Amino acid sequence: MREGTRLGFILLLTPLLLWLSLLILIPHVDMFLVSIRERVGVGKYDISLANYRTFWGEPLYLWTFARTAVMSILATIITFLIAFPVSYYIAKIARGRLQSALFLACLIPFWVSELVRTFGWMILLRETGVFSGLLQWLGLAEGPVEMLYNDAAIMVGLVYTSMLFMVVPLVTTLESLDDAVIEAGYDLGGNGWSVLREIVLPHAKPGIVSGSIVVFMLSLGNYLTPTMLGGKDSLWFTELIYSQFIVRFNWELGAAFGFMLLLLSSLIVWGMLRLTGETLEETMG
Amino acid sequence: MAPDLECVSLTKRFDGMTAVDDVSFSVAPGSFFSILGPSGCGKTTIMRMIAGFLDPSAGDIRIKGRSVLNVPPNKRPVNMVFQHLALFPMMNVADNIGYGLRRAGLPKAEIARKVDEALERIGLPGIGARRVDELSGGQKQRVAIARCMVLEPDVLLLDEPLGALDLKLREHMKIELKKLQAEFDTTFVYITHDQSEALVMSDQVAVMNRGRFEQVGTARDLYYRPETAFVAGFVGDSNRWPGRVERIEGETLALRTDDGMLMLGATHGRALSVGDRVQMFVRPEAIRVARDAAELARFDNRIEGTVTSLLFNGAASRILVRHATGGGEIEVALPQSGEFADLGEGDRIVVGWSGAQGNCFPATGQDGAPDAERSDA
Amino acid sequence: MIPSIPQPRALRLVYGAYVTLFFIYLALPLTVVAVFAFNDSQFPSLPWNGFTWNWFFGDERPMIGVFHERPILRAIGTSAFVAVMVVILSVAVGLSNAFLFNRYQFRGKSLLYVLMLLPLVIPGIVLGISILVFSSTLANGLWELAGLDLQILRPGLFLVVLGQFSFIATISTLVISARLQKFDRTLEEAALNLGASRLTAVRTVTVPFLMPAIVGAAVVAFLMSFENFNTTLMLVGSDAPLTIAMFDRLKEGSTPLLNAVSLLLMLGSSLLALVMILFQRRG
Repeated sequence: MREGTRLGFILLLTPLLLWLSLLILIPHVDMFLVSIRERVGVGKYDISLANYRTFWGEPLYLWTFARTAVMSILATIITFLIAFPVSYYIAKIARGRLQSALFLACLIPFWVSELVRTFGWMILLRETGVFSGLLQWLGLAEGPVEMLYNDAAIMVGLVYTSMLFMVVPLVTTLESLDDAVIEAGYDLGGNGWSVLREIVLPHAKPGIVSGSIVVFMLSLGNYLTPTMLGGKDSLWFTELIYSQFIVRFNWELGAAFGFMLLLLSSLIVWGMLRLTGETLEETMG
Repeated sequence: MAPDLECVSLTKRFDGMTAVDDVSFSVAPGSFFSILGPSGCGKTTIMRMIAGFLDPSAGDIRIKGRSVLNVPPNKRPVNMVFQHLALFPMMNVADNIGYGLRRAGLPKAEIARKVDEALERIGLPGIGARRVDELSGGQKQRVAIARCMVLEPDVLLLDEPLGALDLKLREHMKIELKKLQAEFDTTFVYITHDQSEALVMSDQVAVMNRGRFEQVGTARDLYYRPETAFVAGFVGDSNRWPGRVERIEGETLALRTDDGMLMLGATHGRALSVGDRVQMFVRPEAIRVARDAAELARFDNRIEGTVTSLLFNGAASRILVRHATGGGEIEVALPQSGEFADLGEGDRIVVGWSGAQGNCFPATGQDGAPDAERSDA
Repeated sequence: MIPSIPQPRALRLVYGAYVTLFFIYLALPLTVVAVFAFNDSQFPSLPWNGFTWNWFFGDERPMIGVFHERPILRAIGTSAFVAVMVVILSVAVGLSNAFLFNRYQFRGKSLLYVLMLLPLVIPGIVLGISILVFSSTLANGLWELAGLDLQILRPGLFLVVLGQFSFIATISTLVISARLQKFDRTLEEAALNLGASRLTAVRTVTVPFLMPAIVGAAVVAFLMSFENFNTTLMLVGSDAPLTIAMFDRLKEGSTPLLNAVSLLLMLGSSLLALVMILFQRRG
């Protein structure tokens, strides 16, 4: 490299390295270090796995952990099932102005805060809410119906909140599928189902993977939706982290929880990439 | 024997505009039929109606004598080679070729055997496991054809499949396609805007313009006996002179061109009378060149002029000659014998041609030039 | 299943109905939030007690409107301040990263690229606590070593900005990189050929070309920062940004005041989105 470009290179590299090291890498290493220490006296710490033992020893923690993982996977699957036909419609069936209008309509709800969206579902679902009122008015219910504070409500909120992140990558990959390829599939004797299975889905795979990763991450790391829409028994793992850090001030255990969450998300993302043969660079970049 | 493909009064209207206007034709079994026309003339629309991707507004499409109007595209006994081939990028070569066989529910072993056989036939044995994007342009072409041919369709439709190839490969693939057609002994319906593709490969060519067939015939018919001004202008190169009829004697007429030249032409049976505006078409290769007028005594059209441009292009070299008394330029093919190799710009020269070679058509609103601006619907 | 493949009418109708239902589902929560901002009642719920502007302009208890509710106004200001900071940081770093990855070949490039993508697959709350833990480790270390008490490293707006920046930078990098990749480098060479210096060429040719992406990245960064909840929740100090302030109120029980704030947020976001779309159409 010439002198000038070398200087430019260093100038461009510095912010990247500062960002990644000071805000991503070192904090996570530090979090891990905190998670493997045990308080043995005032200001005195030993290295130990006590926090992780606590995690494995307490059924509530384990149960919440597993429940969060399973519900997040479920939310991802449901989001995909709902989003796919709509994305296909936008990408391949709608044309011209309708196409861009529908795509924009998909984006709009996500320009506003997740808090507002969750608030909207509260107004709809709660005992004094719109759905309950509607059911009574229609004579389908005797008194007020409480639809909030259960797992189904959480699921509705999670799916709603992550919808955009599934629709956008799906529309993008489906749009890149040439109509002629679909026509060729039919021309050679395929029907709707076989064209979907052998042509459309394989083509959309990168979009499906990247959408699923993002939706899964958002669900797993969600705090607002489970807190606001879930009931007493529907604990989310992020709520445990929050309470260890902010309420109990037990950072060591909280850091261990955080690390477990990170491990879980990395594992599932890695598994998803391995299973589909995609890479992180291609799906996210 | 019923024709493999028959279109009867086929018409397609898109809101307000008629893309295909009452077109009828039939294609004999085992023949190579081309539809040639400028982009936007409606040829793609015809093809998509035959394949089943568009419903005709009126008319009928029959394959082996049976109407297929109510048959969905995946059940029609026709297959299509798409313009950009539409090979499935998510599958390897063998899976591409075997796709239709899998749809037909053939047992795996038989599919594998047929795929190998097809690869053998297109001269690419053993590439079944390759990815589609590892193939060269010509290989993709052949795979796309094989993918259809394993299904043994009654008619194979080809939608300008050579358009994306470079010139050399295109020349090669023309011959290749003709061979493949003979090899598979299947009816090919080929659409193109490239006249040389149509002329070289086809048994029959339909020239299409503005939603209608102008003329259907063999390549020679179209070239030597064009029936309309459009065909005369579109197929092959021509000098084109608009003008007015001054005299008519039987088949022969005298034309005063708009730029002032007087030349003889032929009506070829068309009803023309004195005073009519006509266009005369003369092919550059029908015109002879000489340094001395005496050599051209046998021609009834002789014009003296000077060479204004030399368009050297090997065997297809031409010159432009300007009429001595002013007026237009005449494009003339140079004989390949080399006797004019030393010709230079500004040289005086005589050109001549037989009046029978001057093909005259009544002037219509259309000027016979392909309108390339409209995009193919 | 594209328009050129004939499909039974019933199937097309069912499909159309499904898509319609989907968009109703999308619009429903936002619509009720907006509608109940005008309910003349203490609660954002049925029954409908008539239309009122009080939740925007009211200045008497119990109906104090948004424009007279100081804590909410202050929270909006805080959010805007944080968002502007995040925009400046992440667009600057995103631009720098985009040029680095687009223009230079160096060892470890692909590793750095993957590292750059990582914040997208780390849950926001984990990003928050890791920065919280590290900054307090730093603060404690400084206190013990030098007796320095750096308040800036304690939960507060500075950490909130850093926390949001830590993942929004990835997004701005991706947005700007995508456009830079489409840039025809011969344009820059042409500028050099016409006598521009390398920096001038970038400034006069490349940066204007990138402008739609830069504006896009800025708008997205602003909105993401404004909306952010998870990371902010872990790093917030005494000055609560809007989402946190609203969350605290929502926990206590909601009033239509929150609907009014939400409606303003929607209007603001739509306006920003519109600006971005117009700008990109021009670009």
